[in-house]
Amino acid sequence: MENILQLLSNPIVSAVLMALAPLLFILPYALVTIYIEMKMAAHIQNRLAYMQTGWHGTLQPFADILKLLQKEDIIPTAASKFLFILAPYLVFVGTYSSFAVLPFSSAFIGSNIDLGIFFLIAVSSLVVVGLLMSGWASNNKWSLFGALRSAAQIVSYEIPSALAILGVVMVSGTMSTQEMTHFQDGGIGQWIIFGGNLPLWQKLSLIPFMIILFLIYLVSSMAEVNRTPFDIPEAESELVQGYNTEYSGMKFAIFYLAEYANLFLVSAVVVILFFGGWTSPFGTFLSGPVWGAFWFVTKGMLFVCLNIWLRWTLPRLRVDQLMYVSWKVLTPFALLCVLAIGLIVVM
Amino acid sequence: MNLYDIIFYFFAVVTIASAAVVVFSRNIVYSAFSLLFTFFGVAGIYVLLNADFLAITQLLVYVGGILVLILFGVMLTTNVVSVEIKTGTMQTLPATIIVALLAGLLGGIVWTTDWFVGKRLSEVTSQTTSKEIGTALITTHVLPFEIASVILLVAIVGAAMMARRERSNTNI
Amino acid sequence: MLTDFGSILAFLLVGAIFTAGGLIASWLLRPQRPYAQKLSTYECGEEPIGSPRVRFNIRFYVVALIFLVFEVEVVFLFPWALVFKSFGLFAFLEMVVFLAILVVGYAYVWVKGDLEWDKPMPRYTTADDKTITTIFEEQEESVLH
Repeated sequence: MENILQLLSNPIVSAVLMALAPLLFILPYALVTIYIEMKMAAHIQNRLAYMQTGWHGTLQPFADILKLLQKEDIIPTAASKFLFILAPYLVFVGTYSSFAVLPFSSAFIGSNIDLGIFFLIAVSSLVVVGLLMSGWASNNKWSLFGALRSAAQIVSYEIPSALAILGVVMVSGTMSTQEMTHFQDGGIGQWIIFGGNLPLWQKLSLIPFMIILFLIYLVSSMAEVNRTPFDIPEAESELVQGYNTEYSGMKFAIFYLAEYANLFLVSAVVVILFFGGWTSPFGTFLSGPVWGAFWFVTKGMLFVCLNIWLRWTLPRLRVDQLMYVSWKVLTPFALLCVLAIGLIVVM
Repeated sequence: MNLYDIIFYFFAVVTIASAAVVVFSRNIVYSAFSLLFTFFGVAGIYVLLNADFLAITQLLVYVGGILVLILFGVMLTTNVVSVEIKTGTMQTLPATIIVALLAGLLGGIVWTTDWFVGKRLSEVTSQTTSKEIGTALITTHVLPFEIASVILLVAIVGAAMMARRERSNTNI
Repeated sequence: MLTDFGSILAFLLVGAIFTAGGLIASWLLRPQRPYAQKLSTYECGEEPIGSPRVRFNIRFYVVALIFLVFEVEVVFLFPWALVFKSFGLFAFLEMVVFLAILVVGYAYVWVKGDLEWDKPMPRYTTADDKTITTIFEEQEESVLH
């Protein structure tokens, strides 16, 4: 017993254990979300989705995993083998390391660096390079086109999303995700979407700009995870599967897992930035480290469901419309909001 | 050799090995992708030097911006991707002389410089650099801050003009 | 600070090890029966024609260039945003000047059309266009004469 405690207090061992914890969240989360997504999609489209495997098809995600594990792994002869194998690593590592700065509760954060939210913007660039790598290494027309479109789309939407994050940093005065959450502690009225814990007149004048920033971030985060209405990179009807066309078996599963992990990630960032992170909406009622984790995951899942709902409701945009939205609508509005917030905060 | 040294040498090896691949690879796309690890290793070394803001900026601007730009550039270049670029030796003698001179110069500088040896990292308080950079941008370095903006303006106008000239030439 | 970044390194390693573990697990379980057709490039059942690594449209490059400039701008603004509250109106005006200079460039690329996505401009048929019947009639005329 003594030995185990000593081992746990070793900084390296505890860092590794902290790094393993989000994995224990991502895997069940992915299973649940795949199920929710299929069911929501089916009910939106007036059908049932899987009903045979278990009660209302609840065992289907497990069956899917077993199937993916057993699938033959095909590396096309035309592909660049080394880069082809390296790409899923980059995509998953890039996504997973972002989970380091998610404050799941007041007691748990993988790495409480002072630049948390800035790190989040930066590390997503690993994913962009991973996608380009997978597309190029596949040596397939669909893959390469999908990867290029995907990279162009992600970088275009990174500007409005970074400006939206900048607005929140200006209000809260910190880039640490944990401090940002503490800034919003104390009930629903303290959340940044309602102006944070600033004086009343500042709060009231901030609300409209915060709502605009929230919408800007929501739209650009949807574009960054490449889901409908922004799924041009993998538009089935033109590009088959986009960048992962040639991937099969477990490598495909890694891309798939990274995509779902990314979906939670952007939803969690929305929650941290605008909806109080792990704080309880009722102030001190139902708060504490364990309730914190509950609120964080619940709020995150709400936005995941919003994403799924929008995905199965809206039609796909065209590439030129996508660029128009990013550069000519979101960016100017985000700049105006940043200016207005700056003026309100210094007044 | 403590953990700090081990991590330092890990990043140093990653940086130098991947930089060697950039130079020696016969396929230009491999060179471009290898740059990812070079930039990443440099970011790691910045972290070890306690420059956290610089490290993440390195990741953001170099991996997210410049590397994507380079990859797009490489993929745009006609036929370069499928044709192996020539990395054979040409003009060996002048190259050797220039490299030897340069190496001598750099080595001399390294040898004669009175290196500033800072505190051990364990003694440095866990202070974030970003607030200090922000304060410097508002107080002592206002002019460089605004000049940076002018440089960015020049960059965006120049980039747009050059790309436009290219665009009128291609029609795919 | 170093221990915090150490945790991030641990996250990078765990991510990589998890990926490797998944791939190894499937390598142990899966069949491996490759043959030439299975390993060929997928192109919806057709034989692939030409290399996919063709010359791309410059528009991707333009997007990346403009993005880079804006990203550097955002990087400058983040440390400023952390501390500007305590410096009051002066810090705000400094940022306004910084952004105003950049907005000139933004307006320039906007007006010059660099933010437009190059798209094909197909000519749509109008009411004045010849219909297929008139084309046939014209051909018949020319054959008859």
